[in-house]
Parts: sequence; C-alpha cells; structure tokens
Amino acid sequence: MARFLFKRFILAVVTLLILSVIVFAVAQVLPGNVGRNVLGGFATQQSVNQLNHQLGVDRPVYVQYASWISKFVQGNLGTSLEYRVPVWSLLGPALLNSLKLAAVAFLLVVPLGIVGGVIAALRRGRLADRVITLSGLSLTAIPEFVSAIVLILVFGLWLRVLPVDATAPPGAGFLTQLRYLLLPSMALAMVLFGYIARMARAGTIEALDADYTRTAYLKGIRTRTVIRRHVLRNSLLPTIAVIATQTGYLIGGLVVIEKLFNYNGIGQRIYTAAQNKDFTMLQSGVLVIAIVYLSAMLIADILYSLLNPRIRTAGAA
Amino acid sequence: MSSPPATALEIADLDVVYRVRGLDREVLRGVTLTVGAGEAYGLVGESGCGKSTAALASVRYLPRNGRVRSGSIRVAGQDVLSASREQLRRLRADTVSMVYQNPVEALNPGLRVGQQVAEVFRVRGVRRREALERAHDALARVQIADAGLVLSRYPHQLSGGMAQRVVIAMALAKDPALLILDEPTTGLDATVEAEVLELIAGLKADLNTAVLFISHNLAVIQRMCERVGVLYAGRLVEEGPVEAVLSDPSHPYTVGLIRCIPRGGARKDQGRLESIPGFLPAIGEDLPACVFADRCALAEPICTSQEPAFHRVGDRHASRCHFHQRAGELPRTTAPARERSLEVSRTGDPLVRVEDVAAVFHERGQPVHALAGVSAAIWPGETLGLVGESGSGKTTLARTLLGLVEPTRGSIELDGRALPALAHRSHEDVRRLQIVFQNPESALNRRHSVRRILLRALRKLGDLVGALAEERLLALAAQVRLAERYLAVRPNQLSGGLKQRVAIARAFAGSPRLVVCDEPTSALDVSVQAAILNLLVELQAKEQVAYLFISHDLGVVRYIADRIAVLYLGRLMEVGHADRVFDGPHHPYTEALLSAVTTIDGGGRDRISLGGEIPSAATPPTGCVFHTRCHRSLGAICEEQEPELSQADDGHLLRCHIPVEELQRLQRNGGPAPVGQTAL
Amino acid sequence: MSTVAVAVGPSPAAVARRETLRALLRSKTFVVGMLIVGWWVFCAIFGSAIAPQDPLAQSANVLASPSSHHLFGTDQLGRDVFSRVLAGAQSILTIAPAATLLAVVAGTTLGLVTGYKRGAVDDIVSRLTEAILSLPLIVLAFTVIVALGNSTATLVVVVGVLFTPLIARTVRAAVLVERERDYVPASQLRGERAPYIMFVEILPNVAAPIIVEATVRLGYAIFTVASLTFLGFGVQEPSPDWALQIYDNYTLLAAGTYWWTVLFPALAIASLVIGLNLIADGISQVIER
Repeated sequence: MARFLFKRFILAVVTLLILSVIVFAVAQVLPGNVGRNVLGGFATQQSVNQLNHQLGVDRPVYVQYASWISKFVQGNLGTSLEYRVPVWSLLGPALLNSLKLAAVAFLLVVPLGIVGGVIAALRRGRLADRVITLSGLSLTAIPEFVSAIVLILVFGLWLRVLPVDATAPPGAGFLTQLRYLLLPSMALAMVLFGYIARMARAGTIEALDADYTRTAYLKGIRTRTVIRRHVLRNSLLPTIAVIATQTGYLIGGLVVIEKLFNYNGIGQRIYTAAQNKDFTMLQSGVLVIAIVYLSAMLIADILYSLLNPRIRTAGAA
Repeated sequence: MSSPPATALEIADLDVVYRVRGLDREVLRGVTLTVGAGEAYGLVGESGCGKSTAALASVRYLPRNGRVRSGSIRVAGQDVLSASREQLRRLRADTVSMVYQNPVEALNPGLRVGQQVAEVFRVRGVRRREALERAHDALARVQIADAGLVLSRYPHQLSGGMAQRVVIAMALAKDPALLILDEPTTGLDATVEAEVLELIAGLKADLNTAVLFISHNLAVIQRMCERVGVLYAGRLVEEGPVEAVLSDPSHPYTVGLIRCIPRGGARKDQGRLESIPGFLPAIGEDLPACVFADRCALAEPICTSQEPAFHRVGDRHASRCHFHQRAGELPRTTAPARERSLEVSRTGDPLVRVEDVAAVFHERGQPVHALAGVSAAIWPGETLGLVGESGSGKTTLARTLLGLVEPTRGSIELDGRALPALAHRSHEDVRRLQIVFQNPESALNRRHSVRRILLRALRKLGDLVGALAEERLLALAAQVRLAERYLAVRPNQLSGGLKQRVAIARAFAGSPRLVVCDEPTSALDVSVQAAILNLLVELQAKEQVAYLFISHDLGVVRYIADRIAVLYLGRLMEVGHADRVFDGPHHPYTEALLSAVTTIDGGGRDRISLGGEIPSAATPPTGCVFHTRCHRSLGAICEEQEPELSQADDGHLLRCHIPVEELQRLQRNGGPAPVGQTAL
Repeated sequence: MSTVAVAVGPSPAAVARRETLRALLRSKTFVVGMLIVGWWVFCAIFGSAIAPQDPLAQSANVLASPSSHHLFGTDQLGRDVFSRVLAGAQSILTIAPAATLLAVVAGTTLGLVTGYKRGAVDDIVSRLTEAILSLPLIVLAFTVIVALGNSTATLVVVVGVLFTPLIARTVRAAVLVERERDYVPASQLRGERAPYIMFVEILPNVAAPIIVEATVRLGYAIFTVASLTFLGFGVQEPSPDWALQIYDNYTLLAAGTYWWTVLFPALAIASLVIGLNLIADGISQVIER
C-alpha cells in the first residue's frame, strides 16, 4: 500500500511540474509589455524599461521560470502587478473563502448524491429510479450561473428565505456565515449531484448483480444486512474515487459563482487577474488551484487504498 | 426434531420463462425430477438447456426477468415457491446450499474469508467468537491445512482451487439437506478439479447430503452421481441410474451425446467422431412437440405433432421418446472410415523448429518466466498436441511462434529460416502461420459481415481480389461447410459452432503451412465439438497442413494429435508420440494429469492426488520445478538439480531424474498412496 | 459480380438501423429531448425571422415588465427580451457543436492511437492530459482566450482543444477493452498495419460509446461556452446570446425587480441542456446493449 501511495505522490508532483510549465508558458503569451501595461500609455520608455528590469521580465524566459518556481516553493508567490502587494496576501484569504464555499457544497452534495444513487439502484427501473436519474441528468449540465439565478429568484427574492449576498457581514458567527453560503453552494451542488448519483447508482447495480451478493443471499442473510455488508461496501469504493475528481469541476464552478455573487474567492481573484493581465497573480493563482486539486486526489487515493483490500494487501505474501 | 424428509428436492412440472425484449421465452418446460435424501443426482445438458435455471429456481433466486410460470418445487418437504420471505430465508440458511462457477467471484472481495465463512453460522444465531471457531473447523474439514491463515486472507489472495474449497466449506458448514453444485469445477485445472471432486465425494459420503450436480460433462456426472437426468431445450428427455443411462441410452439425444465424446483412446485415423446434426435451439425458440425432433434421425410425423410421454425403460429409467426402444440403433451421421491416409513423414526437415525459446513478462515488477527454454519441432502435416495446466506456458509458446510475443532468447525457424518478430516478417511467412482462437466470439470482428471478414483475409493472405476472390470465397465456405446464406450476416447472429467455422475458414484463406489451434473446441458444446474436430482433421488431410493443437481436454488431444508435448511452468516435461505419452512409460506429471482426468470410460485407475497448488511462474521451485508436487520425487536430487530433457527412446524425450526403465516398472505396478492434505 | 443467391429483402444492417430508430422513438426521454432541441434549432435558423421585433433595436422603453407588447419585457437598453431569446439560440448552437465536432474528431484519433499503441506515446499523452485536466477547464479557457484574443474562432478552437483529452480518455478506455479481443491479434497475423486495425477494425466497435459521449460533450460545450460568455470571455456584444444577456443584466438582480431580463435567457439555456441530456440518455439506453 505504501508503494502505491508513494507512486501516486510522485505522479502528483510530476504533474504539478508539468502544469507549472504550461501555466507559465500561457501566462507569458499574454500580450503586451508588462511595464507598459502597469504604467500606462503616457509613461516614458525609460521608466517602462526600468520597471521591466525591476520586475525581472527582461531576463530570458527559462530564468524567469526557474526564479518563479524556486520562490514559489519557498512560499513566495510573487508580487501582484495590479495591486503591488504580495500575491499571497490576496490569494490567502480568497482561498480560505473558496474552501469554505466548496466545503459547504461538498457537504450538501456528497451525502445527497450517494443516497440518491443508491436508492435509484435499489429501486432499479421503477419510478424513484427514473426520477432520480433524470433529475440528476438534467441538473448536471445546467451551468451554475443559470441554476444560481433561478435559486436567487426563488429563495432570495420571491420566498425571501435566504440572503442573496454570499458574503456575511464581518464578525458574523458560524451559522450565519453558513446561511449566507447556502445559495451559492446549492448552485454548485446541483451540478455535481447528477454525476455522483450516477456513479453511486452504477456501482451499486454492479454490486447487486455480482456473484458474491448471490452467495450472501443464498446463505440466508437478511436483505438489509446483505445491502449493508456486501453491496454498499463494494459499490461505494469506485464512487469515492470519482468524487475526488469532481473537485476540478467544483473549482471551475467557483469562478462563475463567485462572480455572480460578488464573493471574494480565489476564482474571482484569478478572473480579475486575467482581465487585468496581472500575470504574477494569474500564474501563481492557477498553480495554487492545481495544488488544491492534486491534494484532493491524493487524499482520495489514500482513502481508496485504505478501503480496497487488493491494494492494502499488495506486497503482503 | 422430526425425522428427515425422504426427498431432498422435488420439482414437479416446472415451467420457467424469461422476459426478453417484451416476450416471454420458455427456458424450462414441464420439468419433473426428484432427488432422494442422501442421493446424488446429476443434471446434464448443453448450453441453453436450462440446467442452471433449474438450480436457481430451486432456491428462488431467478434473475430479474425470470419467473416461474407454473409447477412446484419442494426442498426437504418445504414448498419453495409459495414460502414467505422469512421462510425462504430460513430455508437458505439451514437446508439448502449452492456452489457454482468462478469461486473467487463468489466471495466478497472486501471482506476477509473468515468473516464470510462465519456468516453462515451467525445467520443461525451463533455468537461472533464461536462462529469464527466453527469457521476454522469448517475449513479444516475441507482439508485446508493452514485454516487460520486462510481465514485471515482476502478472496483475491486465494487460488481458484482454494477458493472453491472455501465455498464448499461454507456450503456444507450448515449440514444442509440438499447441496446444489452448478459446474463447480469448470475453469479449474484438471489436477485441481480432481481434488475438488474427490473432496465433494468424500464429504457427501460423510454427511449424507443429497446432491444436485449440474454439469455439461457426462464423465464428471458419472463419477459423482447415482442418477442422471438429461436436459434438452428445457425438457427432461431421459432419466435413470447413471450406469444404465450410459450403457443403455434410450433417447436419441443421449445416444448422440455419448457418441460425440472421443473415448477409449480413439484416434483420428480410426474414424471420424460422431456429431449431432443441426443446431442447439436458442432460448425460447418455437419447437415441435418432441423438442428434439428437428435433429433426430429417427423422427417421424408423430414426433412433430404429439409430445412423447415419459416411457419407462427400466428400473427407475425413463425416456421421453416415441421410439425409445430403437434409440440405440440411431443411424450414424458420419461414415466411420477415413478416405485419405494421414501418414506423416518425418524423414525430411521439420517445418517449424523452436530452439531454446524463453519468454519473460514483467508483472508488478517481478519477472515471470512464462517459457524457460523450450525446444520442439513440428513436421509438415503433423499435429503436435500441447498440454499443460494454467501457467504452463502453452499459450505463450503459441504466441511466440506466431510472432505476437518476442522471445527473450532462443530462435524460431520456418523451413530452416529464422523468423523475426511479427512486424518484420515477410508476407510469405505471415501467410504460412495462422491461428484459430479459443473463443470465436472474440476472434471475429462483430461489426463486419462474414463475407467482409473472409474477403479481407483472402486479400491479405491469399492476394486475391475481384472475381477470383469471390470464387475462392465460395470454395472456402464450402470447405468448412458454411452455407452461403451465412455470408451476409454478422458473427453475433451465428451460433458458436458456425462462428468457429468462419474463424477456421479465415485461417485457411491463404493456404497456411501451420495452424495453431488454441483450445478451438473448449468454448463449444460437446455436440458441436465433434463436428469441428472432424473438420480440422479433414482440412489437415486435404491441405497437408500442420497443427499445433493446444487443449486441456486429454481425450480430444489423444484423438487428434500425432505427437504430444507436455508443459509445466514453462518447461517441456515430456515429448513423444501420442500413444507412447498416453500409455507409458511417461513423466510423473503426465501420469498424474492422466489420472486426474475423469473419463467416461471411468474407473479402475487410481487417482493420484498431487499435493499443493500449481506454483506461480514468478517464483518457480528450485531444481526440478515439479518436485513440490511430484508423487515420485526422489528427494534431494529433485530439489536441487533440474533434470535435462533426455532421450527415453525413439523420438520420446523425458525430463526426469528417474530413468525410463524404472518409470516403466513403477507405473506398471501402480502409483504410491495419494498425498494427504493440501498445503497452501 | 458474384453468383451468390442473395437473400431477398433488406440487409441485416438496414434492419438493425430501423430497429434502433424505432427503439429511439419509443423512448420518451429521447422524444421530449428532440422536441426541445428541435425547437431551439429551428430558432437558431429562423429566429430573427420569426421574432416579433428586431433583437438589436434599442428603444426608450427601458426595463419594461412583461406585457402583451413585450412578452418577456425589455432590458436596460429597451430591447425586446422575447425577440432576443428567440434570436439568441443561434450563437450557442453554432459555436458549441463546432467545438464538439473538433473535439470528437481529435479526441477519437488521440484515443485510438494511445489506446492501441500504448507504450511511450500513451504515457506522455496521459501525463499531459492529467496535468491539463487538473485545472478547471473554465480557468484554462479564459486564460488562453485572454492570451490569444477574443473571437468566435478562438472560442471554438479553445473549447474544442480543451475537450479533446476528455473524449480521448473515454475512447482510450473503450479501445483498451477492445484490444483484448482476439480479432486484434488475428488482424496483426494477417499483416494489417496499425492505422487499418485502429480505424477499420476497432473504431466501429467503439462507435457506440463515442456517440453517447459526443452527445454529452455537446451539452458540456454549451455549458462551457455559456459560462465563458457570462464571464465576458465568450460571445461578444451586441449579440442576443443568452449568456451575454445574463452578463449584461445580472447586477440588476440585487435590486430584485427586473427579474425578467435574466430569468428567460436562463430558462432558455436550462431547457436546451436538459433537452440535450435527455437525448443522450435516450441514445445510451438504446445503443449500449
């Protein structure tokens, strides 16, 4: 098992490195002279050159890359070109906000999705199954901002049960913050629900049709126990593996949702960085997102290997 | 406690249907059978006859689209079909057990073996700790030496044979009145199968459990059962004591089935195999009053209009045929004698020669020596049979010969020229070596029509296009007895036998010199097997083509092979003429293999039990790789030194430290006592 | 040419196609999906013609609530929302299918090659794919669009290229399974070259999952293009594109009273993707036996 995890870890690091190169390359293609963008059209060429030199953008590309990466690894994410402050001072709190939002969304969708998928599988072919499957299917492809708008209109403006703003007033308690986060999380959750439910359903059906389930029933074990002990245990394993990959979607959805709700999250930050051609913020921000994603994958891998006996016992004679 | 019921299983007039695409298709038609307490009843039939359905219905576990349309089933006196859910559950927990194919898959991969075996007891109210103890005892009862270790394992860590023992242990732990076995040894190696069957026979005798044994293999049923029922297209056509049915079959189908099996050391030059004309009916197909009438040579108008009653033929022996007295006189479908001579001349150079070929694969970082220095030769027009169990390397050898696998050392020669890997072979060489795979379903592209498949083969292998190709296509189809109307269809609309004919036609499209036959009949039903074997022999005589014939079925190999090579863990253990290898003196492994195989001519031979499981090719034993299981091991020399492949006499090579004269003496006098418990 | 007596009647392939069509028409989800999507396709082609007013015409009647004259009200610039909704189908229904087509062609080829060849090529491509997919597509997309400049062509290419690895992954998985079937080595033993085996032998057998995947991807393409437009990186003014309408008017939501400017375009987007997913569901039920 340790070997499996070690391999995955190395893989994640390699992926991160490749990604950093890609991100850096793309950011470099951003048009315009950096110094000129910052100082504006009326500054003298000399001051532009001076700023460029100060920022280090007149050095060869690979030197810039190396410098960026080495500083990044030490925790220095660079200085924002737009705001002239360390990138991390802006990204840090933004990341925290996004994680809160993502966490609420996750807590909403994972249990619902799994339960929905399992019920659909247990009632395969019947009404409950069709309803859950079709609603999951339909919700999944609706862009978050669309469902968010509908939610805002329904819960925020017509029923008036939830606040339209995602950001709670400063100093608000935990529950209040939660309340403010509900609308945006629901929008995010709706997209993921269908996917998770479908995976859970497929996994459960496979387990229900398996030979070992037949063996269990034929031993005279109660249905409830068979489902719990034999079916669910095996069906949820692939589902867990899949859930982690959904963090990618989650983060993507964050950008859109944060813009709609004007929420200070990392998605919003990166978005404005792209618009403002603030490439230090952009490349570091994107890399931070990648780190979050890959960490989520690693955690999922750890969980998976703990739960899957084949991997857990690999290496043991 | 009341006295146990007299019958373990009573099925009366059972009709079962499956709902396929909106229509009800009949799978079992009015089946009636009874298994008495402590009796072993065998249910035999080919694919689609409904035997598994009968088993599943008996425990009321039909698939979602199946249902019992009419009839009744009683297990140990209790009605199964009308039982409440709780009653059914109790029945499954206390009275009836089922063991089926693929034992590793029958176990939950996420739970330890111990927990699963203990479940059998926990369901009856036993406390956790005691249940585990009794699980331990249950495993010991099936002769698992290190029960404690096995209990702590997960199913994926068990071998097939071990897993089946565990499943049997679970099944018998509750001391059931009825044990249902559905093809329990299909898929297991011959030596492992022999052990499992012996285990079942022993346990049955000890516990006096009634057994319903389902199999397609008449020989196994003969060994294990007292009575047998023959199923065809969902109907029981004959039933009676095993010996009576086998010696005096009274239904044309039974007669045909028995005749299909190559027996008593039959060889191809002694005559063709019998086969049953026509095709096995698809599930739910519309059939005449007597379900077998379409394929029966004794059929007369009354057979299509009136369903035959179950006529009594002998003591508890009955047959569902209007003409059961004449069943034994069923005319043969094939002329017994062969037209052409099949003499193979070995005076010239061999067609194909492999010299010290080794192949190593890497699995999970460990090198696996699939082949470790194999040398062999095949002469033009001869059939070299290749036998061996799993891990023996026979498929790897075939693939290496064909160029699909690159050997790590050694050479392959065709007509004296060395052959490189497939990608570098000349067009001529590619044409000369072809293959017929085991599974025709997988070997034919299901999106291409038969015509397209064959025309492409003719183009690439035979360099034929246009009108010439069309001509040859028709000739090829005629040669393999494939009716023209099948050319336009896609393979998935054809039966297994027809698909295999297409595959054979494809292999012969370019007039090959050698065709590798990799278990070509293993996936086919018995009645179809015979026809395909006849076809292969006929083609060989006509085209003067050599075969490398791989099979685990020794009866088939004996029938078709001129010479036989025996592989074990990637090494050649014995090679020689078929008669010599079979009759002896032969290698101890060959000896054990032959004794393990259940043949329909049955009894007399002492079963030699090989201890242990087949070792993994990743960690082969030291010295002679067979020494860990060899019943004639000489001790130190066998453990330390690998014997050379040495000439025993003309053309017969043996890899054994025991000199051939000694082997002859030992084997004539019968083998030593069988080895005891099974180690891991 | 040949003298084979051909069976009278349609070929088995034609019969199979007809059966599939019939099965599809029996599927309620498929039919409903087709109706919805069909309606929007109709609008994409004829929207401007059937719209009661010019979608681009501004007027002084700003932010009027829905009435008989303006069924869906008017927006900030006095434009008729109903007409804009009808005409807005065109942009999304040209860009998304184009991007999907690009992705399907490129992804299928990539999937076939990596799935069949395996080896170094497969490893490298897999690494790259994993790296790229660890970023949210939207982020990657707008980063590239910012770099390359905004235009319809860029949008199509960026979305198409970013979807390629996803399709390639599905195709690769299907190819890996097919490869294990014996007709592949049988082909190799005939001396067939790799392109033949990939495209003539294997491809027809993986067509079913590709079709389902393509339909699903189309839904996601719409999702992505709409999201990008909402962020300001997609379709540009003054198009009546739905997501663009939302982009223009969503800040009004806080005020609460001008809901019609965003609700109707939002519902239009939702209905289109739901329709597409229903079609995909119908197809997958019928094709994947």
